[in-house]
Amino acid sequence: MARMKFLCDSERCIECNGCVTACKNEHDVPWGVNRRRVVTLEDGVPGEKSISVACMHCTDAPCSAVCPVDCFYTTDDGIVLHDKDLCIGCGYCFYACPFGAPQYPQKEAFGVRGKMDKCTFCAGGPPADNSEQEIEKYGRNRIAEGKLPLCAEMCSTKALLAGDGDMVADIYRERIMKRGTRPQSWGWEKAYQEDV
Amino acid sequence: MSESQARGKPAKLSRRVKAMLWSMLVIAVGAMVAPLAGYVYAASAQAQEQKAEEANPRAEYWREVRQGTAGYTAVTGQETGVLVQSGGQVWREVRNGPVTTLGAIMVVGMIVALVVFQVTKGGAKLEHRTGRTVLRWPMFDRVLHWYTAILFIILAITGLSLLWGRYALIPIMGAEGFAAWANFAKPVHDYLALFFTAGLVVMVVKWFKHNVFEAQDRQWFKQLGGFFDGSHPPAGFCNAGEKAYYWLLVVGGFAIVASGFFLLFPNLGFEREAMQIANVVHGIGSLVVITAVCAHIYLGTLGSEGALEGMVSGEVDEGWAKQHHNLWLDEVKKHGQAHGEGESSGRSAPASA
Repeated sequence: MARMKFLCDSERCIECNGCVTACKNEHDVPWGVNRRRVVTLEDGVPGEKSISVACMHCTDAPCSAVCPVDCFYTTDDGIVLHDKDLCIGCGYCFYACPFGAPQYPQKEAFGVRGKMDKCTFCAGGPPADNSEQEIEKYGRNRIAEGKLPLCAEMCSTKALLAGDGDMVADIYRERIMKRGTRPQSWGWEKAYQEDV
Repeated sequence: MSESQARGKPAKLSRRVKAMLWSMLVIAVGAMVAPLAGYVYAASAQAQEQKAEEANPRAEYWREVRQGTAGYTAVTGQETGVLVQSGGQVWREVRNGPVTTLGAIMVVGMIVALVVFQVTKGGAKLEHRTGRTVLRWPMFDRVLHWYTAILFIILAITGLSLLWGRYALIPIMGAEGFAAWANFAKPVHDYLALFFTAGLVVMVVKWFKHNVFEAQDRQWFKQLGGFFDGSHPPAGFCNAGEKAYYWLLVVGGFAIVASGFFLLFPNLGFEREAMQIANVVHGIGSLVVITAVCAHIYLGTLGSEGALEGMVSGEVDEGWAKQHHNLWLDEVKKHGQAHGEGESSGRSAPASA
């Protein structure tokens, strides 16, 4: 069985937010909920780096460990999904997650958050594949159709990779080999000289 | 022969001495210089290290990510610029670890200890029922007590459901059944918290005057309240144990209410770190107070015969008062008469007299 992973190649990401848009559009994600986001460190400074981040589908998922109603489960593909019918919107998964992946449709007084929503690796949830209920609650199930997550599929620079961890690692390793040696021997400085 | 020998000897000797002196000098200088090579090595290693650092700006980048440095993101919201926050892992370890397990050991341990005490030693019997009663808890105090007590029990059950339900209730109720209960318990807990806070605050203010530690309280602690030797240390309206319980409620109650405030209002902009700390404080505070409440419930019912009457009818038997709160009874008698029925005398007597 495949072990699904995301990898964002920070040397390629150009912060176009195409992945964010693809995700929102594909799954009709409500306003205020962002299953994926792009973060840029040193924004505007030469050498700035961007990373697209969403649920990383951890092997030992902290969200799952702290959930009071135990609503998370890991698929055979290593994708971490959750059951919105069980979720009570307590916010614990958000406190525990290193990546800030869990999202809530509401954030109101008396701890009203609504059902948690997060990246599903385009694999939906517990209801039947691509049933109306699944699309409504979790978005489209591309994995069931033999497709990979749309964010990675639509990445303009192929910075964001999604798929079987071994294959993703192979692609990334090949890139590193082609780039050769140290990071400063290619990229901006090599292309445009240091003082440009 | 002898001459040349005599000439050759000193010449040889001086050459030897010279060689010796030179070699000693070389050794001495060598001994001083050789260790200095360490500096050369260190300097070159440092230079190399510096080079290595310069050579990998990516390491810096990932270090920043790991330390939770916030970057820019087009996505609005709180902490969206943070790629990795490490606090969650600590919170997970603490909450799923000691708070859950030690909390269970503490609460269950207290219940077991109380059962063992009741079975082996038994609660304090009312030694002499006189039939005459004195007013201990006026109507307002009784209503306040039961109002706060009932809310506390509801909050404890709903709160503990979220902490232990996954281990204790899901195996019994099933995932769906427990989720249905938790979905009900969470809002109940969240909204009733406000009413409980009101009760707790009024209680703490209203009963403050009974709970200031006095000289005789030292004696009570020395005799361990007389629980084990059956003695009756002197006590006023509240004995030292009750006062300790009161102050535990003040401190623990404050911790619970303050931390609960954070957890209750995510809309006020508290970040994850605040929520993690608040959750742990809320858990520890609640578990300590729940443990104390278990002891309180026992001592108010089985643990002390005649005590519950005071919180139900408001009147306690004079015999009970003499046994457990002799100084208070003396005071009541000084100010007014104990009586068979009615609520005209007792603690409130001085005001009405």
